[in-house]
Amino acid sequence: MKYVYYPGCSAESTARDHHMSILEVARALDIDVEELKGWTCCGSTPAHHTDKLLSLSLPAANLLKAQESGLNMVVSCAACFNRMKVANHEIRTNPDVKKQIANTLGKEYGGDVEIRHFIEILLEDIGIQRLKDAFTHSINDLKVVSYYGCLLVRPHEITKFDDPENPTSMDRLVEAMGGEALDWPHKVECCGGGFALSRPDIVIELSDSILGMAEAAGAQCIAVACPMCQVNLDLRQKDINRKKNRNYNLPIVYITQLLGLCLGISQKRLGMKKCIVSPMPVIEMLSKAV
Amino acid sequence: MTLVINKGISPNNMVNSVLEISGVDINCCLQCKKCTNGCPVVTMVDTPPSEIIRQLQLNAGDDILKSDLVWMCASCETCFSRCPMKIDMAAVMDALRIMDAKKTIPARTSKVNKFNNAFLSTVKMFGRTYDIGMIAAYKIKTFNLLQDTDKFPAMIRKRKIALFPNFGADKKYIRRIFKKTSK
Ligand code: SF4
Ligand code: SF4
Repeated sequence: MKYVYYPGCSAESTARDHHMSILEVARALDIDVEELKGWTCCGSTPAHHTDKLLSLSLPAANLLKAQESGLNMVVSCAACFNRMKVANHEIRTNPDVKKQIANTLGKEYGGDVEIRHFIEILLEDIGIQRLKDAFTHSINDLKVVSYYGCLLVRPHEITKFDDPENPTSMDRLVEAMGGEALDWPHKVECCGGGFALSRPDIVIELSDSILGMAEAAGAQCIAVACPMCQVNLDLRQKDINRKKNRNYNLPIVYITQLLGLCLGISQKRLGMKKCIVSPMPVIEMLSKAV
Repeated sequence: MTLVINKGISPNNMVNSVLEISGVDINCCLQCKKCTNGCPVVTMVDTPPSEIIRQLQLNAGDDILKSDLVWMCASCETCFSRCPMKIDMAAVMDALRIMDAKKTIPARTSKVNKFNNAFLSTVKMFGRTYDIGMIAAYKIKTFNLLQDTDKFPAMIRKRKIALFPNFGADKKYIRRIFKKTSK
């Protein structure tokens, strides 16, 4: 199994821990990932707010590079995953758009690259049993709510990730690690996404409702797979407590950080210290698997 | 409830412009309001998504661009995902934002649009986003220099923010893309 890996801009800033933990988990499981050389930004929300062709050409430039490498693509960030999938879908289904993009790039991209999220690789290529065999540690009934957010699951016709209303991919991983995957109603609610800087007021409202529901479900932590969700729930938690008069103290960890811990990888290599809300309650539950 | 449609200054109906930009035909909307019921910002806005569609059907003019949802929509795609008629409401919202951004004078544009411009300017320059450059540009544009400064020390200590841009991006296509889409 060899993939070309698209880390996305957040891997170099707010989500360095996500990036680190993915590379560590991939290495531990012999998943061969090679960073896409010279990759460029997918354009994210600002691009599709501004111009449709721009928003499709930016991901397409990377897909073209991937195609030249002859490998399929694995993406870590849910937002990049979504934009790559949307561009691929448009190119595959709309010949006019395909032509326009080719004209913009100066080279035709045929839509041949398959795009997958790292979680899909874990579940489909590796599988639960092999994961279980590889785990050296257990999270011992740690109560986890899995939060999928918007961009992995919607629109389902395009992302084709799990179930759009009740995804269970991360829940299955949590169970495999010995944790208790709690059922809860806010798996695919929106956290405010790209409004982190421009409309923190909206982020505070939406993320408050997610944290509140996680707490009501009895969660000891929230597992995420999207850098934007992580930042909104973690970095804004203090503001939410202040503005909404709450007392949340919920660690927001990447599912790959949890997996890394269970694979016996050191906290440092997984960037655990980068979490703003201390992940100690999670780490304390960890013990050698029997 | 009565729906008041203001035509605004543009004599053209917006529905065709929306179709042109987004490729979305809104005529088959049956006003079931599933989009509105699932919309995360619905309690914060005056005009919910289903009403935007109805206004377009009733020949709304460019006053529709002033609806608060236009710049408060989080592009979560819940509306599109649940619509029984497969109307891509999120793409309709993109079309309305694109039209509004073209129309409004830069200084008066929404904070979200200012952020978008700051974000894209760093992508244009470096091929990837560069947080500090983007935040600086955004803060200058919004005259809000102090927003979130309390978070910087921890973010810098935890290396959650890159102090310098990354020069590893291959800018060959980036240059062409920005030139061809003239952004
Ligand atoms: S969900 Fe679709 S059909 Fe129903 S009101 Fe919204 S746009 Fe119309
Ligand atoms: S995409 Fe926008 S309009 Fe649609 S449900 Fe989400 S926030 Fe509401």
